[in-house]
Amino acid sequence: MLDALTLVTGVAALVLAAWCGWAAYRDQPTKDWHFIAMAVVSVLALVQLVIGIVQLARGEKPDQGTTIFVAYLLGAFAAVPAAGFMSLAERTRWGSITVAAGGVVLGVLEVRLYDIWGG
Amino acid sequence: MAATREKPARNRLISGPGTLLVWLYGVMVVGAVSRSVYQIATDFDRAPLAYSLSAVAGLVYGFITYSLVRGGEQARRAALVCCGAELVGVLTVGTWALVDPSAFPDQTVWSDYGMEYLFIPVILPISALYWLRKAARQGEAA
Repeated sequence: MLDALTLVTGVAALVLAAWCGWAAYRDQPTKDWHFIAMAVVSVLALVQLVIGIVQLARGEKPDQGTTIFVAYLLGAFAAVPAAGFMSLAERTRWGSITVAAGGVVLGVLEVRLYDIWGG
Repeated sequence: MAATREKPARNRLISGPGTLLVWLYGVMVVGAVSRSVYQIATDFDRAPLAYSLSAVAGLVYGFITYSLVRGGEQARRAALVCCGAELVGVLTVGTWALVDPSAFPDQTVWSDYGMEYLFIPVILPISALYWLRKAARQGEAA
């Protein structure tokens, strides 16, 4: 369950990164549709956070330790919203690039989360 | 943000490419600080040098992020110095860890020139130095 969600969130993050990268390439700021996509990715990360904590509460142990696991879950949840708010303040292509970078960072975090959980 | 709007005279460092820089520095702050806090708290004796360096890196990243957000000439100069120190740090530690791996039983943020972090630690100071110098020229023109 958690592994599948990690995969889906990671892929969604990379799609978001590619889409915002495309917007930046065309010299456009982030628009409503981009923000909807960011919301979708953020909800995925939130669901992942909740399920991860539920798994821990059930007594399952991540391979590389509970503290690191929770820290990465929190980081994964915060990454895209933080980049999204920055792109709200920066209404140029650079806002789009920032969200693209946020998507890439989340993608990397998901790979690490997969390792930490020990999939 | 509010402070920069009240004083439009202050040279803004977080417009345009600065936004991306602040974002990446923010990520590095969270990464380096949380990593070093965890390692120092749980396993400091294993690699004291590596973990201390990660903590220092986190502080430097934090200061640069703060300077970029704050803006202004003084903050720009301070950030410039820190980015230089950061570049020297990542090159020194990267080389040091390659030459003498025994000094670093565990990875730091700057090991292998930041390969574990997609080389962001080495790319970031270079682009930040470029951006901060450019911001100075724009400040003079304005």
